[in-house]
Amino acid sequence: MSFTRFLAVAKKEVVQILRDSRSLIIVLIMPVILVLLFGYGVNLDLKGLPVYVYDRDGSQQSQDLLKRFQASEYFNVVRVVNDYPALTRSLDDGHAKMGIVVPWDFSQRLHDGRSAQIQALVDGSDDNTANILIGYAQAVVQGYSSDIQLQWLRDRGQVVQPAAVSVETRTWYNEDLESSAFIVPGVLALVMSVIGAFLTSLTIAREWERGTMEQLISTPVTPLEIMLGKLVPYFTIGMFDVIVCALIAIYWFQVPFRGSFLTLLVSSALFMVVVLSLGFFISVIAGSQLAASQMALLITFLPAFLLSGFLYSIEQMPIILQWITRVLPARYYVSVLKKIFLKGTPTALLYVDLVPLAVFALVLALLATHSFHKRLV
Amino acid sequence: MPDGNNSVVIENLVKQFGDFVAVDHINLEIRKGEVFGFLGPNGAGKSTTIRMLCGLLKPTSGRAQVAGYDVGSEPESVRQNIGYMSQKFSLYNDLKVIENIRLFAGLYSVPSDQLKERIEWALEMANLKGQENLITGTLPGGWKQRLALGCAVLHKPPIIFLDEPTSGVDPISRRQFWDLIHNMAEEGVTVFVTTHYMEEAEYCNRLALIFRGKMVALGTPSELKQKSMKGELLLVECAPLGNAVEVLQSAPGVMDAAVFGNALHLVVRDANAAVPQVKEYLSDHNITVGRIEKIHPSLEDVFVSLTTTRDSGKERKA
Repeated sequence: MSFTRFLAVAKKEVVQILRDSRSLIIVLIMPVILVLLFGYGVNLDLKGLPVYVYDRDGSQQSQDLLKRFQASEYFNVVRVVNDYPALTRSLDDGHAKMGIVVPWDFSQRLHDGRSAQIQALVDGSDDNTANILIGYAQAVVQGYSSDIQLQWLRDRGQVVQPAAVSVETRTWYNEDLESSAFIVPGVLALVMSVIGAFLTSLTIAREWERGTMEQLISTPVTPLEIMLGKLVPYFTIGMFDVIVCALIAIYWFQVPFRGSFLTLLVSSALFMVVVLSLGFFISVIAGSQLAASQMALLITFLPAFLLSGFLYSIEQMPIILQWITRVLPARYYVSVLKKIFLKGTPTALLYVDLVPLAVFALVLALLATHSFHKRLV
Repeated sequence: MPDGNNSVVIENLVKQFGDFVAVDHINLEIRKGEVFGFLGPNGAGKSTTIRMLCGLLKPTSGRAQVAGYDVGSEPESVRQNIGYMSQKFSLYNDLKVIENIRLFAGLYSVPSDQLKERIEWALEMANLKGQENLITGTLPGGWKQRLALGCAVLHKPPIIFLDEPTSGVDPISRRQFWDLIHNMAEEGVTVFVTTHYMEEAEYCNRLALIFRGKMVALGTPSELKQKSMKGELLLVECAPLGNAVEVLQSAPGVMDAAVFGNALHLVVRDANAAVPQVKEYLSDHNITVGRIEKIHPSLEDVFVSLTTTRDSGKERKA
């Protein structure tokens, strides 16, 4: 291992990154865009869902009920229509997620002390949203209904007792249940997969494709010097991006940060070694830049996106997928990120994630080191 | 270090890719300070041989020693002692001239007290003084080749391997490049160079003619021209040329006939005796004969004569 030769390769790599506007964009702008995109764009909270109403009763009571829907932060009554077809059309063309029909005898039935019904038409094409929507709607109507009962009892001079059992909920870790707090920390894993695996997967393949590798390996430089010379610049960039993304998460999206910054750096460094080694390994075996970038996408980016617990909770995946996630380094890193940011879990308790991550880092680094040879055939 | 006066010793070197024998039992000894040419058509096995000598390809069998080190078992020691210029231009096009030079100075671990002097030397040799900050990819072909040579010899290797260094370069730049090669040879550097340009082969001290992986002749250019022909050479100017070639293939005493420019070259056993016979034969076949005389063979004649006898008619790919 000669430091001079390592430095020569590393310097060259840095100059090439800085001179190539495309890789500069990926290195400097893409991480910020990803954080903003996921921070703002991916919102798992359902708020202000558009609702159309068709009030056939037009009474004080029906207006009271509809006002409760409007008052709820989950619904936004966008329009009142005057016939049934207009309501169904609003669901057909997607202007409304839910249509509410109040029947003509709504207030009459309440007045008579009978039970009244309203109809809710729900767009079930997105089953998840529909389920949540139905739950919210039932909660609104439940509240209205019990108020009417209480009123009925009071009117008859009865003493009203509070409900016998009630649930007092307190949400921990993500107190405001903001989905950005859930999502943004995980974006770090995504950013590093792109920087680490995607960019580095191109570096060796590019040299073979352009013929520069033949010149490079005709010199006394060793495979390890080539590998380190190529990866150290990307490692530095990746760590820089992690810090930038973490700062955006904390100061822009107000994501709580309760753990140790040092643990964040250590776990990020481990994950960086994982993705860099994977990227390098892919680059060696792929042969062409195109094949390398596709493999990198498939092996690192997609799992980090879909199976790491970044967006979708691992506990709710089918059991087979849950097993598969165990061999995905991204899973452990995302888990650490969420714990450091939201829970402030002490580092000593993070070993369940840090140990597997370290093992992956070690194994993949060794694999990468042994994959690259200086011979043509 | 090399045993005796040889920089490169090749014994029964073979390289096989599957069923294809790219290099077929080549034996060679190259002396220190020699400009040694490896001449042959594309796909003859020139690049494969040079890559084995640089430790980039593992020989299938046989041995080769470069600067005293075995290319199969000590490739790293070989690489310390050679400079290599691959067939395809392979410096970094997106780096500046000076960045490429510094990169290779680093890779060859040029000591820091010599660095400045070596960089100056490389720039001067490549005629790129004052152009240090140009992006390499924007340089004309001839400049690129000189820069590549400069980068390959920054560490003053005793042996340099040049794989078709002048392909795609204009004739004047080619001439300048060969001046550089000779300057280095004068300083005691051994130069192993492949080419398919016949006129370039004339600049070499010694030549190996390689055809389909086999070495078909070895010697100085003049030795090859004198000894390797199996007859004497006649130049015949006549019209129409096409007919004449056909007719002469079956003429008595003519071993071979080929078109060279606007005339024919005939290989005959005895030139003086053949002149009147050929004249008469052509006239009989209604072909007008102009100049006809004995000439000295060029390397191209030698090459054509050596390869046609081996040519069984089927083409072989690289």
